[in-house]
Amino acid sequence: MAKELLKGNVAIAEAAVRAGVEAYFGYPITPQTELLEYMSQRMPELGRVFLQAESEVAAINMVYGAACTGARVMTSSSSPGFSLMQEGLSYIAGSELPCVIVDVMRGGPGLGNIQPSQGDYFQVTRSAGHGDFHPIVLAPASVQEAIDFTIRAFDLADHYRHLVIIAADGQVGQMMEPAELPPMQARHERPAWAVNGAKGRKHNLITSLHMSARDAEDFNLRLQARMSIIKVTEQRAVEYFTEDAQLLVIGYGTAGRIALTAVEEARARGLKVGLLRPQTLWPFPEDRLSQLADNVRACLVVEMNAGQMLEDVRLAVAGQVPVNFYGRLAGVVPMPDEILAAIEDEYRRMAVPA
Amino acid sequence: MAKGTIVIDQERCKGCTLCTLFCPQHVIIMDETRLNGKGYHPALLSDAQGECTGCAVCAVICPDVCISVYREALPKRREVQEAIVHG
Amino acid sequence: MISTNGNKSTLELVYERPQSLLPMYTHYCPGCTHGIAHRLVAEALDELGLREQAILVAPVGCAVFAYEYFNIDGVEAAHGRAPAMATGIKRIQPENIVLTYQGDGDLASIGTAEIIHVAGRGENITTIFVNNAIYGMTGGQMAPTSLPGQKTSSSLCGRDPRTTGYPLKMSELLAQTTGAAYVVRRSLHDVANIRKAKKAIVTALKVQMQGLGFSMVELLSTCPTNWGLTPEQALQWVRDNMLPYFPLGDYKVIDAVKGL
Repeated sequence: MAKELLKGNVAIAEAAVRAGVEAYFGYPITPQTELLEYMSQRMPELGRVFLQAESEVAAINMVYGAACTGARVMTSSSSPGFSLMQEGLSYIAGSELPCVIVDVMRGGPGLGNIQPSQGDYFQVTRSAGHGDFHPIVLAPASVQEAIDFTIRAFDLADHYRHLVIIAADGQVGQMMEPAELPPMQARHERPAWAVNGAKGRKHNLITSLHMSARDAEDFNLRLQARMSIIKVTEQRAVEYFTEDAQLLVIGYGTAGRIALTAVEEARARGLKVGLLRPQTLWPFPEDRLSQLADNVRACLVVEMNAGQMLEDVRLAVAGQVPVNFYGRLAGVVPMPDEILAAIEDEYRRMAVPA
Repeated sequence: MAKGTIVIDQERCKGCTLCTLFCPQHVIIMDETRLNGKGYHPALLSDAQGECTGCAVCAVICPDVCISVYREALPKRREVQEAIVHG
Repeated sequence: MISTNGNKSTLELVYERPQSLLPMYTHYCPGCTHGIAHRLVAEALDELGLREQAILVAPVGCAVFAYEYFNIDGVEAAHGRAPAMATGIKRIQPENIVLTYQGDGDLASIGTAEIIHVAGRGENITTIFVNNAIYGMTGGQMAPTSLPGQKTSSSLCGRDPRTTGYPLKMSELLAQTTGAAYVVRRSLHDVANIRKAKKAIVTALKVQMQGLGFSMVELLSTCPTNWGLTPEQALQWVRDNMLPYFPLGDYKVIDAVKGL
C-alpha cells in the first residue's frame, strides 16, 4: 500500500474499517467530528452500521449493546463527551466486552477549549468509569501511529476481552501527514459468549451485576489477574539518545513529538539528553523507565496538562532521581524552544554538584 | 358445563391470595394449615363438589405462574355436527 | 406438593408455564404484577415462535433480574439506557427480535432521551413499559409517573405538583413521533385487561417482525409493598387512581399495523 496524505481523524476511521469494525456509534464534538463524518459515509458504503446517537451517553450504550454481539465496535469522542461515556465504559469493562474508544483530547475542564490537550490522562488511565479497572490506553504521536495503534487496539480488545482507548490529543486528530493504511481484514468470527438468540444452546447472559459480594469479588479478582498479565506484557515505549543520557525527558503524543525536536537541538549543543516516549499510557512503561532512571541524574516530564503522567513517572522512578515538569495547559501547544529552555535549565541545575 | 381442575405449585406460591379472589367458582382457598419453603401460606384447590370448570382465570391472575389448568376435552363442534348428520 | 383433586386422566392440560419462562422462583413481591407482565411476554414469544431469536435488554429497577427468568439471550443495560443498548444490538443483528423491558424510573425518568429517540428513529425494537408510579427496587420513592398527592418515601406528604410537576404520560408523548408504529397503554389490574395486554404484546412483536418501526406497550402495574397495600387493594388502586390519569387505549397504530 502506498503512502497517502491523511488527516488523523480520517486515518483512525479508515484504520478501524480496515480492522473490520462492524458498527460505529458516535456524536459530534470538536476536535474529533471528522471521524464521525467519515464513518457516516464509509460504513454504509460497506454495508456496515453507522448511527449518530442523540448523546454520548446513548452512543456508548449503543456500543455496549453492539459489543454484546461479539462484533468489533467503536465510538469516538472528545474530553467532555468522553466524560459522559464513563458509566457506559464501566458497564463494558464490567461485562468483559472487547471495545475500542477514541478520545481526541481537548482543553478542559468544563467546556474548556477545542485546542489540543492531554488533560484526560487521569480520566483515561485511571477513572474511565467507576470500579477497579484500567482500560488499555494507546497514545499515538503521528498519523501513522494513529493508524497502527487503531489496528492494534482492536486486536488487544479481542485478545483480552478488554476496553481499549486510543488517547490522541486534538493535534493528532486534526493534522494531516503522509501515512500508509493496512489492507482490509476479513470479517471476524463471533465468540461463543455473544448474544444472537438462544438457538440450540443455553441462553447467554451478559451482565456486570453480581448480587453476592463474593461473586462480585471473584469476578474482580479475575479482572485484576487479567490486567496484571496485560501490565507485564503490553508496556510499549520508544526511546531516543538514551544510551549515554544524563537527563531523561519523558513525554507522549504531541508533547513527546515536540520534545524530540528540542532533545535533538540540545544534543546538537552537546547536552547528554535522551527521550522516552510512552506509546501505552496504561500499562505505563514503568519497567523500562525504572531501568533508564538507574543511569540518568534527573528526569524532565513534558505534558500538555498540569502534570498527570508526571505522577506515574514519579511512581516508576521511585525517588532514584529528581523528576521535574514542564507543561502547557488547556489547549496551548508548547513550542520546541520552550522545551529546549526547560531542558537547559534542568541540565544546569543538574550539573551543579549536590 | 365442562369439568376441570388445577394443579398449584405450592412451593412457588407467595400467598398473594389473588387466585382465591378471582376464581369465579370460589374453589381456591389459602391453605392456613401449612407454610411453604418461603414461609407463605400457599393457595389450595378446595373443590369437593368438582365445580372447577378449568376456566384458567386463576392462572391468568397468578403473578408467579404457579397454576396449571386441566379441562375436560369438549367434543369438537365438527364431531358434534357429524353426529347430528349421520345420526 | 401439588394440590388437586378429581381424576386428571380425562382432562386436557390447557394452561401451563410458557417455554420462554424458566421454572425459577422470582424475587418479585407477593402480588406484584411484574410476574404477570413477564408471563405475557413469554407467552407472546412462544406463540410467535420467537424464543430462539429474541434478546431481552433488562433495565435497572425491580426487573433488573428479568434476564434470569426468561429462557432467551439477555443483557443488562445501565439505568435508562436499554433503548440505546437495544439499538446497538438490533442494528448489528436485525434478524434478532430485540425487546427492552423497563420500569417507569428507567424509561420515564433517567431514560427519557433514549426512549424518545428510538421512537423518533422508528427503531425496530419493542419496549414493554411497566408503569407502577413508583421506584420499587430502591424502596418506594416518587417517580415521574407518581400521581399528584401520592405518598412515597420521597414525597412523604404526597406528590406536590407545584414543586415536582405532573406525571408524564409516556404513551401519549411517544405517539407523537413519526417513527412510532404501535404505542398502546394496557393494564394488569384484572383478568379482562390482562388478556387485552397479552394481545397488545403479540401485536407489538408482530410490528417488529414486519419491520414497521418502534412498538411499545405500556402496562399499568402494581407495587403492593411500596404502596403499602395488599395485592388485592393494589389492583383496585390501579383501577381507581391510575386509570383516570393514564387512560387505556391505542395512542398510535399506523395503518400497516391494523392488518396484523
